[in-house]
Amino acid sequence: MPRRVYLDNNATTPVLPEVLEAMRPYFGERFGNASSIHHHGQDTRAAVERARESVAALLGCRASEIVFTSGGTEADNLAIFGLVREGDHVIASTIEHHAVLNACKHLGKDKDKDEKARCEVTYIPVDGRGLVDPADVKRAIRPNTKLITIMFANNETGVLQPVAEIGKIAAEADIYFHTDAVQAAGKIAIDVNDIGCDLLTISGHKVHGPQGVGALYIRKGTDLEPMLYGGSHERARRAGTENVPGIVGLGKAAEFAMEGFKIGEDTKTATMRDRLERELLEIEATGLNGSDLNQERAPRVPNTTNIYFDGIEGESLVIALDLKGLAVSTGAACSAGAIEPSHVLTAMGLRQDRAKASIRFSLGKQNTAEDVDFALGLIPETVARLRELSPVWARKVVSR
Amino acid sequence: MTDSETIAVAMSGGVDSSAVAAMLCAEGRNVIGLTMQLWNQRRLAGHPGMPESVQGRCCSIDDVYDARRVAETLGIPYYVVNHEERFERDVVRPFVEEYLAGRTPIPCSLCNNHLKFDQLLIVARQIGADHVATGHYAQVAFDEQRHRWLLKRPVDRSKDQTYFLFGLTQEQLSRTLFPLGGMTKPEVRELARRCGLVVADKPDSQEICFVPGGDYKSFLEAYLNEQGSAPTRISGDRISGEMISTKMLAGEMVTTDGKVIGEHAGVHNFTVGQRKGLGVATGSPLYVIQIKNDTKQVVVGKNEELYSRTLHACRVNLIATDEVREPMRVAVKIRHRHEPAPAIIEAAGPDDVLVTFDEPQRAITPGQAAVFYDGDIVVGGGWM
Repeated sequence: MPRRVYLDNNATTPVLPEVLEAMRPYFGERFGNASSIHHHGQDTRAAVERARESVAALLGCRASEIVFTSGGTEADNLAIFGLVREGDHVIASTIEHHAVLNACKHLGKDKDKDEKARCEVTYIPVDGRGLVDPADVKRAIRPNTKLITIMFANNETGVLQPVAEIGKIAAEADIYFHTDAVQAAGKIAIDVNDIGCDLLTISGHKVHGPQGVGALYIRKGTDLEPMLYGGSHERARRAGTENVPGIVGLGKAAEFAMEGFKIGEDTKTATMRDRLERELLEIEATGLNGSDLNQERAPRVPNTTNIYFDGIEGESLVIALDLKGLAVSTGAACSAGAIEPSHVLTAMGLRQDRAKASIRFSLGKQNTAEDVDFALGLIPETVARLRELSPVWARKVVSR
Repeated sequence: MTDSETIAVAMSGGVDSSAVAAMLCAEGRNVIGLTMQLWNQRRLAGHPGMPESVQGRCCSIDDVYDARRVAETLGIPYYVVNHEERFERDVVRPFVEEYLAGRTPIPCSLCNNHLKFDQLLIVARQIGADHVATGHYAQVAFDEQRHRWLLKRPVDRSKDQTYFLFGLTQEQLSRTLFPLGGMTKPEVRELARRCGLVVADKPDSQEICFVPGGDYKSFLEAYLNEQGSAPTRISGDRISGEMISTKMLAGEMVTTDGKVIGEHAGVHNFTVGQRKGLGVATGSPLYVIQIKNDTKQVVVGKNEELYSRTLHACRVNLIATDEVREPMRVAVKIRHRHEPAPAIIEAAGPDDVLVTFDEPQRAITPGQAAVFYDGDIVVGGGWM
C-alpha cells in the first residue's frame, strides 16, 4: 500500500478517533429514541442536549438556538426556504456554495412561464481577491429585501468575507442575515454576536465530525417555517427522529475545535499552509487565487490555498497526484464525477483555462509537516510532466 | 511495451470496454479506467422535439455508474475526465454544420481522431499511462518491413470498426491497444460474464451517442434553437448568427434534368440515396441523387442515376504507406455497412486521392468517408 496523504479537508475531514469513540455507544447499547420518556430515551436526549451545548459554545450562542440537521445543505435550505416568501427579495453572492446558490436559483425560478418569478435574487459579485464589498450589499437592499445570505469562508479559496460589516448593514436595515460558515467553523473562532447574523450554518464532517449531520443557528425570535413536517422535534423546527450518533459526534468535534484554538492548532496549520504555498508558488507560471495584481491577499482561513499552474488541466493533475498517493481537488464534480470549472474562480475573473488549471489544497488537524514535504516532493515533478505533454504549454514555450 | 507499463482503458460503461479492462487486469497489467464526459445529456432536454429525460445512453450518469462499478469489481483506479468543450467544438458542431451544408456526417470518426485518441491519450500520458486501450473491434500491429504501425480488420467482421478509425496517425496507433481485435462479440460477452461484470448482458449501443433515440433532425433543431437563444462560449465558430434556423435550409426539389417538381423543408432532412420521405409522388420511385448546398436544391432521380465509378477523397490519412506514389489496387468502403469494392486509388493532390471503382457504386455520399483496404489492412482513408 503506497503512502496516502490527504490534503482535501475542505471536501471532508477524517473523523477524529475521540469523536468516533464518543459516537460508538449510540450505535449500540445507547439506542433510545431521544423523544421517548423512558430510560433509554432520557439517556439519548441527554446526549443530544450535551452536544447542543457544545455546538452553542463553539458559536457563542444559546443551546436553544441550535437546530440539528442532516448537514450543511439542509441547514442552508432551511434558512432560505424557512424565511423567504413569495414576493421577497434576497441578496446572495456569486461565490456561494451550491447549497445556497441553487436554493436561491430555485427561489428565482418562474413558477409558471406566464407568471412573474416568485422571488428576485441579487447576486453580489466579488473582486479579484474573491471578496464581497459590503457597500455593494448595502446598495442592493430594496424595501422588500427579506434575507442576505453571504458565506463566511469560501470553500475553494478560503477567503473570509466581511461578515461582521454585512451583519451591521443587515441589522441597520432590519433584514435577516444568514451566513454559511461551513468552511469557517473549526478553522477560526466564530461568535454569532460579533457577526450579527440571525442564521448560521455549520457541517459536522468539515470539522472532523461525521458526515450526515449539521446544524443551523437560529437567533431567538427568528420566525422560521420548517421545511419538514412531522413530529415536534427540534422545537418544531425540524421534524424527524434525531440522528443521535451523528449529533453526539458533531458535539464532540465542536469541543475539539474549541480545544484546537486554545492550544494554537490554527497557527500551526497556517504555518504548514504557508510553507506549502510559498514553495509551490516558486514553480514557474503559477499564482495564488485570492490575491490581486498587487499581490495583496484577502484574509483567509488558515488551512486553505488555491493555486493555478498555467498550461495544465487541473483534472489531470488531480488524477496524476491521486495515483501517487496525494489527494487534492479542483473545481466541483458534476453528477457524473467529471470536473467543471469552478464558479468561484470564474466569478473572481479568472480565465476559463486558468480556472481549470487551479488546484485547492486544504489541510486538517491530522496533517503534519511530513505531509507537506510529501506534497512538495511530488507536485513540481508532476506539474513538469503534465506540461511536457501539454499541447497548450508546448505552444506557449515556443512562442516565448 | 513492457508488462509493468500502465495502460489507460477508455471505459464507456458498455460491455466491450469493460471486457478490455477485465482482460488487461487478468493479464496482470497495471490498469487505470478513464471515462470521458463528452456531452451533457440534459443540456437539450426540454427543447422542442427532445425527450424530457434521457436514460441509459453514452455519457449518461447510468453509463458512468456502470463503468465505475466495473472498475470497482476489478479493483482498478477509475476517473471521469471532462472533455465536453472539445467534444462540442470538434464533433458536435462539425456534425451540425455538415447537415446544414447538405452532407451526411460521421461523428464517430471525428470523436476518435479528436477525443479518444487525442485528448484522452494526452490525459493518459500525463497521468503516467503510455498506452490507451479501447473496446473497438480492430487490430493494430507494427510491421517490421514497412516500418509502420498497421490498422487491420478484426476477426469478428460483423463488428469491424476500422471504418471509423482510418484517421489515426502513426503516433496514435503506436500508443493504442485493441484487445478485442481477435475476439468475437459472443466471446467478449462470455468473458464479461465469467468476470462477473454487471454489464455482461447490457445491450449494444447502436446510435450516435449524443443524439437521443437516433432522431438527428430533432437534435439539429434543438441545438440550433439553443444556440440561437444562448450565444455559445466557443470561439471561432462557423455557425454564423444568421444560420440559426433550419427554415433557411428549405428549397426546391428538382429532377436531374432541372425540372422543379416540388419543395422541401430543409436539406438536412435528406441524404444521398434516400427514397422515403421525399414528399413528391411520381410514377416511378425517386431517390435523392445530390444535395446542392449553394442553392439548397435537392436533386432527385432514378436509382440508376445514383451509381458512380469515381470519387474524390480529400483530407486523406494514410496508415499502411506514407504516400500513394503510383496507382494502387485496393478495396474501398464508402459507408459503415458497405462491402469494400475493388478500386484503384491514385494521388490527386497533396491530401487528395482519386478512387476509380471497377464497378459503379451506389450512393457515394458527401460527408462520409472512403476507407481503402488491402485485404485486412487499412491502407488509409479520406472524406468525400
